[in-house]
Amino acid sequence: MGKGSRAHFAQPVSSSDLLSVPVVDGAPIGLYKSQTDAASSKPAAAAVSSSASESLAADDELGGFVRRGNEELEHCIEKTPLHVLITTYLSYFILIVTGHIRDFFGFRLNPEAFAHLRNKNCYAPLNSGFDTFYHRRLYVRIRDVFNRPITNVPGRTLTLLERDSKDYNKTFTLTGTTRKVLNLSSYNYLGFAQNEGPCADAVEAAIKKYGVQSGASRFDQGTLDLHLEAENLVARFMGKEAAMIVSMGFATNSTTIPSLVSKGSLIISDELNHSSLVFGARVSGAAIRVFKHNDMKDLEQVLRDAIAQGQPRTHRPWKKILVVVEGLYSMEGNICNLPGIVALRNKYKFYLYLDEAHSVGAMGPNGRGICDYYGIDPSNVDILMGTFTKSFGAAGGYLAANKDIIDHMRFTSHSNIYAESITPPILQQIITSMRIIMGEEHGNDGRRRIQQLARNSKYFCSELKRMGFIVYGSDSPVVPLLLCHPAKIPAFSREMLKRNIAVVVVGYPATPIITSRVRFCISAAHDMGDIEYALQQISEVGDMLMLKVSEENGEHLKKGNVEKKKIH
Amino acid sequence: MVVAVNTTFTLAYDVYSNVPGAAVVYKYIRDSHQNDPVRTLLELVFVVVMAWYFFNNKPKAKDEVKLTEKEIQDLCDEWEPEELVPRMTEFQNSDLENMAVIAGAAGTKCKLADGKERLNFASNNFIGVMNSESIKDKAIGALHKYGVGSCGPPGFYGTLDVHMELEQAIARFLGVESSIIYSQGFSTVSSVIPAFSKRSDILVVDDACGMAILKGVELSRSIVKFYRHNDMKDLENVLKKINESTKKKPLTRRFIITEGVFQAHGDMCNLPVIMALKEQYKYRLILEDSLGFGCVGQTGRGTPEHFGIAPADVDIYCATMANSLSSSGGFCAGRKEIVEHQRLSGLAYTFSASLPAILAVSALEALKILEANPNLSVECQQNAMAMREILLKAGIPQIRVADGYQTTPIIHIRLTSRLSTREEEELVLQEVVDQCIRDGVIVSRAKYVEGQELHLPVASVKLMASAGHTRRDSEKAAGIVRDAFRKVLKAHRLA
Ligand SMILES: Cc1ncc(COP(=O)(O)O)c(C=O)c1O
Repeated sequence: MGKGSRAHFAQPVSSSDLLSVPVVDGAPIGLYKSQTDAASSKPAAAAVSSSASESLAADDELGGFVRRGNEELEHCIEKTPLHVLITTYLSYFILIVTGHIRDFFGFRLNPEAFAHLRNKNCYAPLNSGFDTFYHRRLYVRIRDVFNRPITNVPGRTLTLLERDSKDYNKTFTLTGTTRKVLNLSSYNYLGFAQNEGPCADAVEAAIKKYGVQSGASRFDQGTLDLHLEAENLVARFMGKEAAMIVSMGFATNSTTIPSLVSKGSLIISDELNHSSLVFGARVSGAAIRVFKHNDMKDLEQVLRDAIAQGQPRTHRPWKKILVVVEGLYSMEGNICNLPGIVALRNKYKFYLYLDEAHSVGAMGPNGRGICDYYGIDPSNVDILMGTFTKSFGAAGGYLAANKDIIDHMRFTSHSNIYAESITPPILQQIITSMRIIMGEEHGNDGRRRIQQLARNSKYFCSELKRMGFIVYGSDSPVVPLLLCHPAKIPAFSREMLKRNIAVVVVGYPATPIITSRVRFCISAAHDMGDIEYALQQISEVGDMLMLKVSEENGEHLKKGNVEKKKIH
Repeated sequence: MVVAVNTTFTLAYDVYSNVPGAAVVYKYIRDSHQNDPVRTLLELVFVVVMAWYFFNNKPKAKDEVKLTEKEIQDLCDEWEPEELVPRMTEFQNSDLENMAVIAGAAGTKCKLADGKERLNFASNNFIGVMNSESIKDKAIGALHKYGVGSCGPPGFYGTLDVHMELEQAIARFLGVESSIIYSQGFSTVSSVIPAFSKRSDILVVDDACGMAILKGVELSRSIVKFYRHNDMKDLENVLKKINESTKKKPLTRRFIITEGVFQAHGDMCNLPVIMALKEQYKYRLILEDSLGFGCVGQTGRGTPEHFGIAPADVDIYCATMANSLSSSGGFCAGRKEIVEHQRLSGLAYTFSASLPAILAVSALEALKILEANPNLSVECQQNAMAMREILLKAGIPQIRVADGYQTTPIIHIRLTSRLSTREEEELVLQEVVDQCIRDGVIVSRAKYVEGQELHLPVASVKLMASAGHTRRDSEKAAGIVRDAFRKVLKAHRLA
């Protein structure tokens, strides 16, 4: 294992050694602070300022992600330096030109290899155009950094099945060896991806009692008592009247949005919304408008335009408007401006759909998501949606809302009527992990995880910034670090793997073309040693790949900046 | 203003001094200007026009009304949205309240809240392996190795070795090159369709197809033509018409989409004719066989096997793993290129966490049981036939068994004469369901999202056959359903 083999890695974590730091006991702070001041105040984050900041002074002790000042919101996305921008475009340009040259000669010299892209016996090719070009000339070259198979629980470490390719990544064969690496990639925020401990015990009991499946869709007599128990618990956790659980997180969005809006209604969606939200919006039949990512001014403009103009052509007023946003954006690592949106909601009477796939569990002093983080009462959000695949180490998703809304969804969400119901072992994992987070089981374990996660993330993120990387977001366990150049995508991932760390790298089309990035996901299962080790290795790789180019943060600026200023 | 100009200049200077090669560009522009000042002017105009075009090219609706700020404000103040959801009807409320809840494990027999054990004919447990001990053991084994959730999409360390094993096992079972696993059955086909069919491609779809296909079709934004359910003449007409209308246009991808066993009617598609037409007209076939896989055909290889067609000849074959395999999730099987394409383009594959290991292992075990006991499929068909036999010979003219003699495991029983409203029909059928439950057999009323189906199927009571039931239990259940119908119809003076 070379450099990276540290004794540290050999032991599996159990929940008991999650934290070495003492936990501050005491009543959880008021779950949802009064919202009266937020409702009446201006848009933007000011809503929670004064009262919240006092009560959160003890933040460090209470742990968890708690909203502090307002300054971070505007500062989340740093600009890419100009020279990086230009060289990145240039890199893509060279890649694309080379690709086209290879295509040009390939088509002529080796027509067989391209046969699947041509019409054949009057069949059009299965895929064509830019998609395949991108796939053949860019993606395949670096395919070894994606879809890496694993063979263990995606907890603090991963056990990779090593692969080998003899044809430049066209195909892979497993070598039969495995490799244990530090996991900075799974959405295992609270460390509930465990194959032992209280959750696993409860799940084992559930399998023995209920088996692995309930046999049909919820409405086709596929409802177990366990379903109702879990739904009641979720409703209580989210502070809503009722909740509905769906067997897949993606489907929670894609099959439920059509039950809320249809023709004659309008969906206003953040431009960076997840594919499942886009899917749901598009099959709903409603009109769709998009606003700039987390930009309240733009949202207000779109709203005013939409309401004033009404439906296209007929100018009839919209039946209803649904604003769809995410709580924590998984590619940007930043948090939605919920106070701003809630203020707009009060002003413009739209309905709000909040996807908390990444934030539920991970954000807020009590792990109850973005509302908890800002101290906003959940009644200000009409529909709270989230998934269990992340913080809860389970699968599926939930919708929490007023009872009449949930009841309506039970009759109209495709997942509730047609799709398989969520299975008992998964339900049990949800129930047990949620109880632990709520402190109803295993004492302080939940709170400890929340605190550990917040501490790890804050430290990790601030250290990266100090080193001079361009890091997006600032207050969340999702930490994207900009790579920009296409060649650095595989380079970073491979270098980290050499150092026994698994990271996720993403590029176009998941991100804009110039902001390819690596996304670290911090977990409560990491201890400080892991974080330190990772930081040290990232720093080395960062030096090697010249990634410390931030113009806002970092030690490298301290000297250079002063000199530059003098010249001007 | 002055400040703005000033910062612009500073910025320009910054750029100039920071960007390598800027000096060369500057020199080039200066020389060019010296040589040909008119050209500079022309180029400047060009740049301005470009910029103007670029910034004014926002897609503004043509019919936008110009309004003053005040008018806009008034309109915003006046606007009152509809309620987010409509009020529940009384029928819906009672439906929710009286929903049967299974206490403990579901299986061929299960208990409801009252603790009484009943025969279960509502589960999609076609080959009877649901919650069998060997599956539970395997699931617990997986739990202690992999935990529960996979905590990531397949692309980002969410691919487990058991996923790859399951994919290979399914492919081997069907005799195709490759397969891919999604984490929900319903979302499988609705992701597969738009992965292949894009704008200006052509989809020809059976009009009895269920919601999963309809939503996939909608998302693809392709040109869609429906043909009448199982009407091969109509299908051929549609194909001919498309051929005529697209003669001069460039070739695009074309697909025929059908379910293998139709969930709305319990009948099978006419696969041999469809295969012939698809060859003749150069279409590809997407076959959704969730209710056929595992329980139709001599050895459970689905609708293709029933007709003596190799599954490999179906271009794209999708099915859920929640029915016969008694697990969760879905798969799509086909040639390598078809499967690999979905790993980047199947939305519900790429953007969703992978199937939990417990469920993958359960499905794998169920598949192994099916392979070792190929007669399970036939047993399920025989039970289904026996139940149909009883219901068809019940001698109640007011009910009919959808599509008569079939070997498929899903049996719809409908009223022959329609009542005045659908709700009234549903109420009568619900009474039948309740009566059956009282008499010891769990069945269900077929449910749909009304208003979103293409053609809402006629209301029905639904029975699911299973190889897990004995012949006697199956016959007993069918008898109880028959008697329940008699009783309820009589009470309503319909008989
Ligand atoms: C915002 C958002 N919504 C929904 C999902 C889908 O959740 P799942 O992976 O449980 O299907 C994700 C996951 O990637 C997500 O980021």
